[in-house]
Amino acid sequence: MAKRAAPEVNAGSMADIAFLLLIFFLVTTTIEKDKGLLRSLPPIDDTQVEPPIIRQKNLFTVNINRNNQLLVEEEEMPISELRQAAIDFLDNGGGTNPAGESCDYCKGKRLEESSDHPDKAIISMKHDRETSYEKYMDVQNELVAAYNFLREREAERLYKKYYPNADNVYAAMLEEKEKNQFSKDEVLNERIETIKKLFPMKLSEAEPDKS
Amino acid sequence: MSKFRKKEKGELPAISTASLPDIVFMLLFFFMVATVMRDSSLMIENRLPSADQVEKLKKDRTIFIYAGKPSSQYKQFGEEPRIQFNDAFITVEDVQSSVYQGISEMNEELQSKVVIGLKVDKETNAGLVSDIKQELRKANALKVMYIANTKAPQ
Repeated sequence: MAKRAAPEVNAGSMADIAFLLLIFFLVTTTIEKDKGLLRSLPPIDDTQVEPPIIRQKNLFTVNINRNNQLLVEEEEMPISELRQAAIDFLDNGGGTNPAGESCDYCKGKRLEESSDHPDKAIISMKHDRETSYEKYMDVQNELVAAYNFLREREAERLYKKYYPNADNVYAAMLEEKEKNQFSKDEVLNERIETIKKLFPMKLSEAEPDKS
Repeated sequence: MSKFRKKEKGELPAISTASLPDIVFMLLFFFMVATVMRDSSLMIENRLPSADQVEKLKKDRTIFIYAGKPSSQYKQFGEEPRIQFNDAFITVEDVQSSVYQGISEMNEELQSKVVIGLKVDKETNAGLVSDIKQELRKANALKVMYIANTKAPQ
């Protein structure tokens, strides 16, 4: 018998099969990147030390009731105004900090009846057990936004020269820190700490009343 | 000269598509590797709230706790929002031990940096969340991330 060449297997449909698989995985893949608001809880304190007396003017109270209405400094307020109200309060700088320095970077109205210094200004948030989590998150978001806005402003004032192309200097700095998490950049960390210290996040949450 | 002309007259050689499967397979493997199959199935409704001041989450040091109403297949657990950890419903009292368990399963050098990711349905009462937070404080897991969808900043 004459030796016949084996017929070549047609591999043309191989691509089709692979494409089918590819499309299946493309459709099912969800590259999940969770994001959220990072907050720190206060540690449980069993010591019986009297809490320091905080003057009313240094306290910014935010209450959410069970109908998701917002009470800010004893007055009802729509959530759209909360951010600005918090910024005004934190940035007021009407007096001096515990060390006796006045806030020279504050751009607020320096009102007598609002906060003395960002070091002293405390935002106190309280909600009802029946408050919806969505509303709670909205309020948290606005308050964090107020801090971020002020920190961003300070970052721009102090460090814009190092980040001439960045729109948001503070965000750019945090991003850089994130990138270099395995090779610590002392200078950068120090700058971020400086900004955080200018507007320390003093956002306390009271436990809801047991009903 | 005539030699060259002869060649030009010949048919165009077909472009070989033999390497096409290789390329596609390469893409395929990429997506297969990048795909993360969900490791715990959700037994609750989980529509996250949205926020614009979000930070990225580091997955390697996060323990997730879910909360929300039991979803339609799990009607027998009632209508009240429940807490889910891994694959089971837990009560508020169990949060502490669950967190300890989660921490012990983690990489040792990350244990001190643990972050609790709270994935809570937006319809849930904030009271339940504050109960969870109270338990987390008892467990000394103080870093909390409220997971949220990103919305565009206003």
